[in-house]
Amino acid sequence: MNDLQAPDIEWVALSPSLIVFGAAILGVLIEAFLPRKQRYYAEVAVSTLALAGAFAAVVGLAASGHGTDDAQVAGMGALAVDGPALFLQGVLCLVGLVSVLLFAERRLEPALHGASVDSFAAAPAAVPGGPAEREAEKAGWTTTEIFPLLLFAVGGMLLFPAANDLLVLFIALEVLSLPLYLLCALARRRRLLSQEAAVKYFLLGAFASAFLLFGVALLYGYAGTVSYAGIADVVSGEPGAIEPGLAGTMGNDALLLIGGAMLVMGLLFKVGAVPFHMWTPDVYQGAPTPVTGFMAAATKVAAFGALLRLLYVVLPGLRWDWEPVLWGVTIASMVGGAVVAITQTDVKRLLAYSSIAHAGFILAGVVAVTEDGVSSVLFYLGAYSFVTLGAFAVVTLVRDSGGEATHLSKWAGLGRRSPLLASVFALFLLAFAGIPLTSGFAGKFAVFRAAADSGAMGLVVVGVLASAIAAFFYIRVIVLMFFSEPKADGPSVVIPSPLTSTVVGLAAVVTIVLGVAPQFFLDLAGQAGVFVH
Amino acid sequence: MIGLLVGAPLLGAAVLLVGGRYLERVGHWVATALAAVSLVLAATLFFDMLGRDGEDRALHQHLFSWIPVADFQADVAFRLDQLSMTFVLLITSVGTLIHLYSIGYMEHDPRRRRFFAYLNLFLAAMLLLVLADNYLLLYVGWEGVGLASFLLIGFWQHKPSAATAAKKAFVVNRVGDVGLAIAVMLMFTTFGSFAFEPVLAGANETSEGTLTAIGLMLLLAACGKSAQVPLQSWLGDAMEGPTPVSALIHAATMVTAGVYLITRSGAIFNGAPDAQTVVIVVGAVTLLFGAIVGCAKDDIKKALAGSTMSQIGYMMLATGLGPVGYVFAIMHLVTHGFFKAGLFLGAGSVMHGMNDEVDMRRYGGLRKYMPITFVTFGLAYLAIIGFPYLSGYFSKDEIIYAGFSKGGAEGWLLGGVMLLGAALTAYYMTRIMLLTFFGEKRWQPDAQGHEPHPHESPLSMTIPMMVLAVGSVGAGFFFDQGETFVHWLEPVTGLGHGDSPVSHGMVALAATGVMLLGVAGAWWQYGRRPVEAVAPSGRWITRAARRDLLQDDFNHAVLVRPGNYLTRGLVYLDHKLVDGVVNGTAASFGGLSGRLRRVQNGFARTYAVSMFGGAAVLVAATLLMRAV
Repeated sequence: MNDLQAPDIEWVALSPSLIVFGAAILGVLIEAFLPRKQRYYAEVAVSTLALAGAFAAVVGLAASGHGTDDAQVAGMGALAVDGPALFLQGVLCLVGLVSVLLFAERRLEPALHGASVDSFAAAPAAVPGGPAEREAEKAGWTTTEIFPLLLFAVGGMLLFPAANDLLVLFIALEVLSLPLYLLCALARRRRLLSQEAAVKYFLLGAFASAFLLFGVALLYGYAGTVSYAGIADVVSGEPGAIEPGLAGTMGNDALLLIGGAMLVMGLLFKVGAVPFHMWTPDVYQGAPTPVTGFMAAATKVAAFGALLRLLYVVLPGLRWDWEPVLWGVTIASMVGGAVVAITQTDVKRLLAYSSIAHAGFILAGVVAVTEDGVSSVLFYLGAYSFVTLGAFAVVTLVRDSGGEATHLSKWAGLGRRSPLLASVFALFLLAFAGIPLTSGFAGKFAVFRAAADSGAMGLVVVGVLASAIAAFFYIRVIVLMFFSEPKADGPSVVIPSPLTSTVVGLAAVVTIVLGVAPQFFLDLAGQAGVFVH
Repeated sequence: MIGLLVGAPLLGAAVLLVGGRYLERVGHWVATALAAVSLVLAATLFFDMLGRDGEDRALHQHLFSWIPVADFQADVAFRLDQLSMTFVLLITSVGTLIHLYSIGYMEHDPRRRRFFAYLNLFLAAMLLLVLADNYLLLYVGWEGVGLASFLLIGFWQHKPSAATAAKKAFVVNRVGDVGLAIAVMLMFTTFGSFAFEPVLAGANETSEGTLTAIGLMLLLAACGKSAQVPLQSWLGDAMEGPTPVSALIHAATMVTAGVYLITRSGAIFNGAPDAQTVVIVVGAVTLLFGAIVGCAKDDIKKALAGSTMSQIGYMMLATGLGPVGYVFAIMHLVTHGFFKAGLFLGAGSVMHGMNDEVDMRRYGGLRKYMPITFVTFGLAYLAIIGFPYLSGYFSKDEIIYAGFSKGGAEGWLLGGVMLLGAALTAYYMTRIMLLTFFGEKRWQPDAQGHEPHPHESPLSMTIPMMVLAVGSVGAGFFFDQGETFVHWLEPVTGLGHGDSPVSHGMVALAATGVMLLGVAGAWWQYGRRPVEAVAPSGRWITRAARRDLLQDDFNHAVLVRPGNYLTRGLVYLDHKLVDGVVNGTAASFGGLSGRLRRVQNGFARTYAVSMFGGAAVLVAATLLMRAV
């Protein structure tokens, strides 16, 4: 028996995720020990502080050079602390922070029995419409567990792009996914739709996880190790000590290729790329809109981070094998997402297809396999996540008697009734479409330039054409809002609390700042473009 | 300091346009004051310049880098040399006088503030045009004056004729502006710069073909702005604008911008004799064209507009002669600026007293009612027909002499044409004079029954006229005294001496002779017997001249109609072909979208199958890539 060695933990370098996980556990304790009335405030305070603290920790690490010169591998090789990881963790902390504000919004739903309530079910475990639910509503209960769930999800996401070892990658995936499955099921209105979405998401997510795990196993069989650096060494022809039990399989390229493809597939599922995208519209539509916003923004950031690290650190030696395949996925996503979005009639589904197209655009930057490619993807993710959050935040505000009015026909003439809100939404749509002076243009320009510089001109041409198709349905919504007569029984725009207003305002400001003066952030992303090996 | 020259009127335009109705009562004074500020600055700079020697007189001022993109360097930089100084003094002095005049003239116009804002905008753009140190910045000024001209011609936009005239001026000028744009591009590709210094210095080492191309494009631009054949058609209609506008923009300053452009680009034309020949032809044709039109018009402003075209034709012809003519072109430009502005202001004053009547056949005998207008108009009249020792006598004779010095048959031809022009000038100007101020009164009540009560205009209008009359009388003598003007401009434009078969004295004698002939001819027709209040039908040449020698019919047949057909054809193509393809593409994507979305059927099992299929393809494709 060997002595059990205590792992060597770099507490400071890992502080962002540690803070978030600590706060999540604290959140669970709050649920257990605090009286119902105080939980909401305590949870909001803990979540906000934790995410702000984690963001401060990320900034501190980056400022002390961990993103560039002092990039290191921490936690006994399990986690990387380098530029891309820190950049994406920073984005994730901010996205999480903004999402907390959306989750905490309590002025949109009409007060129930004198208690103001949020968008989440009063008693999620109760049968929809059953007596237990009615009692819970009468008692004024709310589900404050959403906050620790959010924190756990964010914690998993923080680990995901930093994972430097296949097992950590898998664990992070599960840590971020499970809370999301739950959160999807928690809608206060249309609960059956919400639960259906959650089950679908769970089933398909589990299916994808299985692929990923299988891929991990195959790669272990190929390399005899799960560490990224170790596998990369074997791929580039410098195997370490051969495990006696794996002597038969090590170095077998078939294992490498199949395992690599399955890993990539698991991650493509998370980013919602064609043909692994089919969960997206159903889940985006069914989930409570604040969760959709959080999920659409944050999951994409985390999953693209993990995909980048996998492709750039583990599999660069296989570039010629996976690049053509990813070309196919990229084109399918850009074109498929844009084309199917044309005929959508529900604003949340529309945004879901738009996110599929955007996954394609970001993949174009990933395929570039250059430092510029990495930094352009980082920038795009930062810009895109805020536009997405802002857009879904606006969706939460347009309501009629049945809750959110997501059918597009109900948005007709919104610009006449609420010009400010419609203008902000139009801004987000223009950013999605990549119109200059919005962050969407700067991001799209960066990824397409990186792709073109690396010789992927074909991708850029298809990308621009897909953007043109996509512009059609974004602008159609703008036309609908501003140039159609409002309907008599149309929805009204609810005046939100400062929480949602902050989110919308912040997202609009970020969209414009990144569009008008992107250079500082492009430089920041440019500095963060190198992975530690 | 130079920047301030442009900045003052620009500030005025901005303040007046943004300030809105709060400035309604003081706006015109603000604008006039700022124009005066420019004049004072110009005078200061002028005396400062006089204090330096001939070679050191040019000033350069680099304000800021405008468009720095790799090799494409455009600066906002000014150049104040003797040539631009001459223009600056002319523009600011005539400009200020006309601002003052407009206070009275536009007194009852509800949109007077806006009018003054446009006037200030014009001053700023015109000063920018003549002060720019590179062709790109000159282009900005060029477009700026075009804009101001458009806005002011159409100032009374409620009149369809004014709106149409503004549009016509804009469209015709656009043709010329394209020429300037191409010239600027050619310069950049040839010399790698827009700045005057490298372009004009580099002209020596450039092939004649390139210089000819640039020169012809510059000439096209000059034709547009200066209303020279074949782009002359807009000037007559431009008289729809308020009369001060006609005086300032369409007589004294803007229309002479073409002469400035060619003089400034002298080095290019000197290296391109073919282009110079074209300039001469354009000038000679326009000289006669304008004079003939001027003889036939009964509208006082249109008659004067014909005269303006004709006089600019003289200048243009002179610039075509090269260094022999540049100095005298500019000299005639300045003296013309004074007497033509004076004539237009006089015409405005007459209209002011006659209920805005413009038909000279309804004037008559006005000298008794408007003595000051009569005297100032009369002095300007004597100046333009070249009465000995008044302004026009000196400047025009020098141009005619320069024409003779071309030498050979060409010299005789040019000299003859210009003498003929001089005779026509005397004829149509005397005609205007006789119809307006002499004879019996011919006015009648207008449609509403208002009988005009001719009266002298207020002081704010007559003072500028008096000042301009002094300029008309004295400027030529002053310039010619000891060849002041020639020495002043020579460092910039150079000076050549031709080989004239006739002497100065002979030319002066001949010019005076034909002038007297013209005056006598006009008196024979209009002074000796009463004038009919309704124009007789006249012979074919008169009828054609009344219709501006069929310029509009020509343009319509040659340009407008084929253009219309082309447009209609393109619209048809656009509808059927382009729209067909676009709509077809859109519809096919819509159909594709509708079909694809059916795959999204809501069943988790279908989704899982799709994922499985996707994974299988992914793995297979990866393996295949290795196999190939």
